[in-house]
Amino acid sequence: MVKPKDIELLLNKNLLEKLAKFQEIELEDVDIELDEIEFSVEGGSGGVSSPLLARLGFEFALIRDSANRITSLLGGPASPMGMRMPQMQPAVPGLAPAAPVVKPTELIPETAGVPVSKYPGSIVEVKLGATKAEGGTRSTSYVIGGEKVSPFFNFQAATPNKPVIALDVFDWPKVPLSKAVKMHFREYLEDTGEWARVCVEKYGAEMINVHLLTIDPLIEDATPKAALKKVEAVLEAVDVPISIGGCGDPHKDYAVFKAICENIEGERLLINSVTLDMDIEGTAKLVNDSDNCVIAFTSMDVNKARELNRKLYDFVPKEQILMDTTTAALGYGLDYAFTVMERCRLAGLKGDPELNHPLSSGTTNAWAAREAWMKMGPEFAPRELRGPIWETITGVTLLLAGVDYFMMMHPAAVDALKTTINHLMKNDKPAEPTEWVSVRL
Amino acid sequence: MPAKELSPIDIYQRLPRTNCGECGEANCMAFAAKLVNREALLDDCTPLLEPKNKEAYDNLWALLKPAVKAVEVGVGENALTLGGEYVFFRHEFTYFHQPAIAVDVSDEMSDEEFELRVNVVNDFSYEYIGMKLTLDMLAVRSTSGDPDTFAAAVRKAGELTQKPMILCTHSPELMQKGLEVVADKRPLIYAATKENWKEMAELALQYGCPLVASSPQDLDTLKSITHTLEAYGVKDIVVDPGTKPIDYIAANLNNFVKQRWQSINEEEEHMGYPILGLPLVAWTVEEEDTIINEWNEAVLAALCIDRFADAMIIHGISGWALLPQVILRNNIYTDPRKPVSVEPELCVYGEPDELSPVLLTTNFALTFYTVASDIESAKLDCYLLVVDSEGMSVESAVAGRKMTADTVAEALANFKVGDKVKHRHLVIPGRSARLSGEIQELSGWTVSVGPMDSSGIAKYLNEKWTPFPED
Repeated sequence: MVKPKDIELLLNKNLLEKLAKFQEIELEDVDIELDEIEFSVEGGSGGVSSPLLARLGFEFALIRDSANRITSLLGGPASPMGMRMPQMQPAVPGLAPAAPVVKPTELIPETAGVPVSKYPGSIVEVKLGATKAEGGTRSTSYVIGGEKVSPFFNFQAATPNKPVIALDVFDWPKVPLSKAVKMHFREYLEDTGEWARVCVEKYGAEMINVHLLTIDPLIEDATPKAALKKVEAVLEAVDVPISIGGCGDPHKDYAVFKAICENIEGERLLINSVTLDMDIEGTAKLVNDSDNCVIAFTSMDVNKARELNRKLYDFVPKEQILMDTTTAALGYGLDYAFTVMERCRLAGLKGDPELNHPLSSGTTNAWAAREAWMKMGPEFAPRELRGPIWETITGVTLLLAGVDYFMMMHPAAVDALKTTINHLMKNDKPAEPTEWVSVRL
Repeated sequence: MPAKELSPIDIYQRLPRTNCGECGEANCMAFAAKLVNREALLDDCTPLLEPKNKEAYDNLWALLKPAVKAVEVGVGENALTLGGEYVFFRHEFTYFHQPAIAVDVSDEMSDEEFELRVNVVNDFSYEYIGMKLTLDMLAVRSTSGDPDTFAAAVRKAGELTQKPMILCTHSPELMQKGLEVVADKRPLIYAATKENWKEMAELALQYGCPLVASSPQDLDTLKSITHTLEAYGVKDIVVDPGTKPIDYIAANLNNFVKQRWQSINEEEEHMGYPILGLPLVAWTVEEEDTIINEWNEAVLAALCIDRFADAMIIHGISGWALLPQVILRNNIYTDPRKPVSVEPELCVYGEPDELSPVLLTTNFALTFYTVASDIESAKLDCYLLVVDSEGMSVESAVAGRKMTADTVAEALANFKVGDKVKHRHLVIPGRSARLSGEIQELSGWTVSVGPMDSSGIAKYLNEKWTPFPED
C-alpha cells in the first residue's frame, strides 16, 4: 500500500530524483489514500532560488494532478487540493465506490422515471373574437390559456390551446419602424385597413392589433369618433379577431376605449390595455358591459400584476382578462421579462388565484434592441436577417415562459414562431435519433 | 436538499462555530449565509479542514454540492466548467455556468474551411455592456472514419486553438487515435453509447478525460449508461439525451426537461450531469437555402439555452445567427438576485464647461451602460443626468409612469444641474418625447427631444446642440 500522505519530501537537490520515483509506482490492485501531501522547505540548505521554487511548484502541481487522476482511476475521491470552486469540491465519500473497482461487464438496467407535476391550479381560458354564430362577424375566434402544466411539458399534459400570433398595425404613417420591418409595409402605412388586410392575407396574422397612435394628444389628438372609424375600417378589411391598442395616455385611452366598446357590438375585442393609473373601475365596466376582453398591463412586477388583476375582479369576469407583464428585448432585459412571466405562470399553476391568466407579450419590442436593427460590421450582416431572428428568439424564449398571445411585427419572425409553436404542440416521439457525428454537413 | 430550500441555519449548525474570522467574515453565521448564496467556498473555513472535522466537512459538502455535477473540460485559462447547477428555474436561485458553445469542424474539411472555422472559435467577440461575449470550444468530428485522418485533424485543431475540444466519433479506435494526440488538453469525449460504452470508459479512464454518455431519445438507457460508467470508475460525465431537428423541437424540450427535473427536483442518482445540446442537427435537413438551416439552428440553440443545456455544438458561423445566441445565454445566465439598476446621479463625461449639453437617461443598468458607452466612444464633453426610474428602461419607464416630469424636475434640482451650466437646456431621450412639454413646464428648462437610440447622440449634438435654443 502506498500512502503519499506519509511521504515527506524535502526541497533539496535530490528532490527531482525522488519525484521521479512516482513514475515507477505500479498501480494494480492498490489502495491510495490521498488526503494531503505536505511539503516543507528546509531552511538554509543551499539557498533555494525563487525560479527554482516556481519550477518546483509547477512540478508539484503536476504530481498533484496525476495523483488526483490516479486516485480517480482507482475509483477514489478526487483530492480536495484540486480546483477551489464551490462546485468542484470532492465527491462525498460513500457515493464513490471504494477501490479497487469491480468493473461492470454489462449495462446496469435503469429507468429514468417521468417527472410528475402536482399543480392544483390552472390558467383560465379566454375567448377572443366572435364568429357569426357567436354574435359577431369574424370568420374565426380563438380560445387561449387553459394550461395545467409548465409550457409545453407535453409529457405531463398536452397544451390545451395553441398560442395566437397577432400582427401590429399602426394608424399613424410616421410610426418609427426599423428598415427591415418597414420594407414589408411601406405601401400600406397610410391605410390602416389595407395594412391589416395584408398582414392577414399575405403574412398569416391570426389576429390584428390596431394601435391607435393618432389619438395621442402629442401626435394628432384624434377624437374618439375618428378612432372608432378606423377600427370599423379594420373590422371591415379583415375577418380575424382584433385587438385595440391605445396611445399610453390614461385619460385619452379611456375615452377612446369607451367610444369603441359602446359602439361596436358582439365582436369580443381585446382592449389593450388597462393599467394601474387608469380609471380601472370605468375601464373594467366598459369591458364587462360590452363583453370584450382586456389586457392588464403592468411593468415587470409580479405584485403589481396581482394588484391590478385584483382590482379588475370587482367589475369583470376573470375569463375576460389577459395579463401583460412587459416584454423587454433580447439583450435589453429579456431575462427580467422571461423570469417575471415564468414566475406568474408558475404561481398561477400552483394555485395563486390572482395570477392564473393567459399571458400577452408585445414581442415587437424586440426591435428596441439596437442589435436588431443597427448597421454593424460585415461579420454581423445582413441586418435583414439579424432583425427578424432577434424577434423570433425573443418570442421563442417568452413562449417557453408561458406567453399565449403574441403581438409581432416582422413576417419572417411571425412565420418562424408559428412554425415553432406548431412543432411544440406535437407529442409524437421521433422514430430514430438524428445521425450527425459522421455526416458531412 | 434542493438549493432553494437551504437556509443559513442548516449550514451554521454544521460549521465549527469558532467565529475565528479566518474566512474573512465577521462570524460563522455570516459565513454560512455566504455559503448558502454560493459566494464563499467551504475550504475558506480553515478549522473545517482539520482532520477532526472531516465528517462535518463531508456533510456540508453533501448539502452544498450542486444537483448537476460540475464537469471541467480543457486546461489552463481556457478551461471551462459545464454544469454545476443548483436549480431548475433561474428565479429559484441563479444559474452559474453559461452553456459552452462549440463550433464543429470535420476531418475531411479543406484546410481553408477548417482554419476559418477554428478562427471563428478563437476570435469571435462582441462587446456587450462592458463584457466580451465569445465562443468556447471546438468540436472535431470524424466524417472520414479513418483513424489517421482523424488523428491529423485533431492534431491540427490542437495546434490552432487553445480552447477546449470535443472529440466526436462513435469508434473507440478513432477516439484512441485522437486522444493520443490531445489527451493532455482534457478534451470532452463524444460519446459512450449502449454499444461502445466499455471501450469509451476505458479510454476516459486511461486518458483522464470527461466522457459524454449518449442515448438519444431514450432516457432509461441514458441513465443505464451513466450508472454503469460511474460503477466503472468514470467520474466526469456529460449526457446527451438527443437533439432532433426543428420538427421535433417538442421532443428536445421534453427530453431536456425530464433529465434536468429528475436530477434537480427529484435528486435522482445517476442523472445529475450536464446536458449536451446539438443544434447542429438542423443542418442534416435538406433545405432550399442554407440560411434556413442556420436560422433553425439558432432557434434550436435558443431552446437549449432557455431550457437547461450546459454545452452545445453548432455548425453555423454567421454573425447574425451567433449574436442572438451569445446574448441570450448571457441574459438567461445573469444572476437574477443582483440589482438591475445603477445609482441615480449626474455623470460627467470628458471636460464639460458651462455651455456643454445636459442629457437625460434612466437608471436601468442596461440603458445606462449603453448610453454611457456611446457617449464615451464619441468622446463627448457633456453631463448625463441619470434619473431614478426604479431600474426601468426609458420606454417602459415612460409607459409605466416611473419616469415622469416630476421625477425629472426633481432630479434636476437635487443634483443641482443648474449650478454646473449657464444654460437651461435639457436633451431627453427620443423614447420619452411625450414628457417634453410637462418637463419644460415643471422645471423651467427648455427641453429638446434627442434621438430614439443613444447611438445617434453624437450626430444629434453635432447638428442640433446649442446652449440657448430660444435665441
